[in-house]
Amino acid sequence: MVTTLERPQAQQTDTGIAIRIADVSHHFDGKGGELAVLEDIDVTVRPGEFVALLGPSGCGKSTLLRLIAGLGQPSRGKIGAGGVRVVGPDPSRLLVFQDPTLFPWRTVRQNVALGLEARGVGGDRTAQVDAALRLVGLSDFADALPHELSGGMAQRAALARVLINEPRLLLLDEPFGKLDALTRMTMQEELLRLWRDRDFTAIMVTHDVEEALLLAQRILVFSPRPARIVRDIAVDLCPSRHRDDPALVALRRDILATLGH
Amino acid sequence: MNSISELSRLPTAATALPIAVAPRAPSLWRGGLAAAAAWGVAAALTFAWPDLTPLARTGLFAGLLGLAALALAVVATLFGQSERLTRLRALDRWLVALPALLTAWQILTAKTGLLPLPFFPSPQSILEVYTDDAARLVESAVHSLLLLVPGYLIGGLAGFTAGVSIGWSRAVSYWAHPILRFVGPLPATAWLPIAFFVFPGTTSAVAFLIALSTGFPVAVLTSSGIGSVNRHYYDIARTLGATPRFLIARVAIPAALPHVFVGLFMGLGASFAVLIVAEMMGVKAGLGWYLQWAQGWAAYANLYAALIVMSLLFSGAISLLFLVRDRALAWQKGIVRW
Repeated sequence: MVTTLERPQAQQTDTGIAIRIADVSHHFDGKGGELAVLEDIDVTVRPGEFVALLGPSGCGKSTLLRLIAGLGQPSRGKIGAGGVRVVGPDPSRLLVFQDPTLFPWRTVRQNVALGLEARGVGGDRTAQVDAALRLVGLSDFADALPHELSGGMAQRAALARVLINEPRLLLLDEPFGKLDALTRMTMQEELLRLWRDRDFTAIMVTHDVEEALLLAQRILVFSPRPARIVRDIAVDLCPSRHRDDPALVALRRDILATLGH
Repeated sequence: MNSISELSRLPTAATALPIAVAPRAPSLWRGGLAAAAAWGVAAALTFAWPDLTPLARTGLFAGLLGLAALALAVVATLFGQSERLTRLRALDRWLVALPALLTAWQILTAKTGLLPLPFFPSPQSILEVYTDDAARLVESAVHSLLLLVPGYLIGGLAGFTAGVSIGWSRAVSYWAHPILRFVGPLPATAWLPIAFFVFPGTTSAVAFLIALSTGFPVAVLTSSGIGSVNRHYYDIARTLGATPRFLIARVAIPAALPHVFVGLFMGLGASFAVLIVAEMMGVKAGLGWYLQWAQGWAAYANLYAALIVMSLLFSGAISLLFLVRDRALAWQKGIVRW
């Protein structure tokens, strides 16, 4: 069943894809009855937009990402990507988790080639894989095994694994949450560079206010569970903003106040 | 600046080179020489000290001990520091202890008779079994292997297939899991009496029971291995466009493989037990039968000889399994210490 929800304004062939989340509510069936996780979420994400989902941990942001990825169906409401209803996973919408979740039995190269292999993409994969590894600066570690990589390198490999498939939407679930502060800063810059070069739409779950402010064009602030959107903030700062930017500092104070700090 | 530092480095390299190439002192291996001496003493003692009642293979035994001494002496003097012998060199204390133990055993049996016959045969009488009853021993070993190998392979394959199905499919798990829980704990040997009359021949009956004893742990561990695969692996693969077939073959199975090998190891141990008990009970050949036969004749030397053969075969089988595992799980090097 394919329902047209909305025509994206931009050309459909362009990389970034529009996301329409229409009145989505979701609950899990637990032991003590239904557990509501998402309540009346209604958002439209423009093609190529970088949106951060900010909120207390465990509020249901990650569930929303899974639903957008097509790894589950919302209990109520609809989700559309590029005007087509999301009914299952698709390589145009890819996830990056907090853990790199590289397959430990595959080398970096084989991990990066996973998507091409899974879809039976023929031809010369080597060149594509090499290009993806170059993109994230891992060319020298193509034949390493995941356990030989540092946390930052593993997350780079995970990024290469999705980027090789040229996704139109990147769903990032606290992608840098487990990295040390310095690596996280480098990775944030890298992600911003990739997003600018590649024009994909990005939706990132984080509970780091500063990270949201540094990367996103728009921040959706969620309430504790069941998650509702309590604020929708446009971040009108230049893309290469600095964390000491007075406007950014003011916004941070504002958002932290919303979150109750 | 650069050229100066390079210049200053050059002479050192030039002088360092001849030192590295300079001939070393003869590659002596002291531990090996000590071992050679120990084997030599054992040989001399065997030869010079007369048996209580003359035994047929004392001369041969002394000769073999002497040969070991000679071989060790040659190796220790000529190739003592060779790279290839690293593992042998690590065994230097065992190489001294072994002749010491053989000598002690011999003194207690053949030379003084302190340990009573027929329960404690001397090493040379076990040697006599190998020289005089080799044909029967080899035939028994071959017969055992012909039962063990097909039974184990069939059981391993069936258990693996069952384990993957149970781990993957909820429907299969619903029906198979209770059966596995209820029937699985029965030792395969308990089925022997039934298997012997249900199957057309003892060979097929025992092969089936070996397969059963192997299949059970393999199935249980494979299914639990598949059940414990990180859920995110599937999410990643599914979003990347994986088909169910790809998810099973390229995600579930490789991720569960470490568990599978634990199952295969446990199954191998169980299959040895079934094999030997079955051969003692109904099969008229094989090493288990040989043990039974030797006991019937109070031929204890034959019994020990067969036990040694069995131990070599079975530990060889386990080494082979470990070799396959190390190949298949090479990626675990550095994560898991076996």
